[in-house]
Amino acid sequence: MVPDHLMFFIDPNRCIGCQSCVHACSECDTHKGMSMIHLEYVDRQRSVQTAPVVCMHCDSPTCAEVCPADAIKRTPDGVVQSARKPRCVACNNCVLACPFGVPKSNPGLELMMKCDMCYDRSSAGLKPMCATVCPSGALFFGTQEQVEMLRPRSEPINRFRFGRQEVATKVRMMVPRGRAPEFVDVVAAMEGRPDGAGDEPGRGDGFVPVDMLMASLYEDGGSR
Amino acid sequence: MSVDRSEGGGRFPDGRPEAEQPAWRRDFPIDAAQDAYVARRDYAKFLVLTSFGFVVGQFGIAVAGLRRALGRTPAREIARVDDVPPGGAAIFHYPGPDDPCLLVRAEDGSFLAYGQKCTHLSCAVVPHVDRGRIGCPCHEGAFDLATGRPLAGPPRRPLPLVKLEVRGGAVYALGVEERTT
Repeated sequence: MVPDHLMFFIDPNRCIGCQSCVHACSECDTHKGMSMIHLEYVDRQRSVQTAPVVCMHCDSPTCAEVCPADAIKRTPDGVVQSARKPRCVACNNCVLACPFGVPKSNPGLELMMKCDMCYDRSSAGLKPMCATVCPSGALFFGTQEQVEMLRPRSEPINRFRFGRQEVATKVRMMVPRGRAPEFVDVVAAMEGRPDGAGDEPGRGDGFVPVDMLMASLYEDGGSR
Repeated sequence: MSVDRSEGGGRFPDGRPEAEQPAWRRDFPIDAAQDAYVARRDYAKFLVLTSFGFVVGQFGIAVAGLRRALGRTPAREIARVDDVPPGGAAIFHYPGPDDPCLLVRAEDGSFLAYGQKCTHLSCAVVPHVDRGRIGCPCHEGAFDLATGRPLAGPPRRPLPLVKLEVRGGAVYALGVEERTT
């Protein structure tokens, strides 16, 4: 069991693209030598800014919802685990369905594998591999008090929206304090519609897409 | 459940409470603890149905045994007496085409017939009339030529005995006697 007071915080605008987490991830014993984290370029044409992508461990995991083989399970501490080998049929439904693009199909093993928060480590109270090595603190594993002390200008958010789907997650993402949106609209940000124009109804007023969040943070000189 | 799921999103994609979810969600829960949970009623059902299956199986075995005991295999000519010299052997299939049997003529001229499948792992047994044995080449098993009972090696049961009758210069098979000791 991952202790309740320890939480995972992602601060994408602190990511320096060093790939340390990608290499450390493959050292974790539960990943069979493969890296379950990747760095996403936010806007490759204009910026070298990257954002680390780990499993957000949703309260209603889309990967598990779409699994036809009932192979993806969540442990009582809220960690969504890799597919169970006896059940997984390597159909790739989860790979296509995950709004964050986290599950990875392993054709050799015919198994879906995903970030499981380094369950062998975090369930024993240790940090996940990526949070252990991250030199800039973009990946942080600790208590709410620690993160509030370290990032006084940021606050964690755990609600995202993909089209009409709203996702609440166990992993938190750091956004500017006081200007935090009600949720992060990922699709609108990906399609370069920072205002979310022509979007689905019922969207909250506090909407700020990810890249605008980051851009605003650059003007302020980055988060602390 | 140690994780607070009260805020936003909820545990189900449509946000409705568990009571309003379709019935299949109970059968395919996402939480590992619920997935591993076996209700007492389900366990009792499993026990009852399995026991019922065993009972039906026992009746099936009894009926099959009864049919085998009552069923008569037709007498059939399997060889001419002149075709098998004393000390010789011949292969025939009885009662069906998939039941290879061994016809052996002892040195004194009498006929003996056994099923050819070794009672250990169903290898084809080979007659050694001069040594008074039937040998199995797979694991060096040996049967007594006169009785078909095991003498050496892994087989513990005797070969099935084919009852014979010599009538009018021909050898007829009358039936197969499966033996356990």
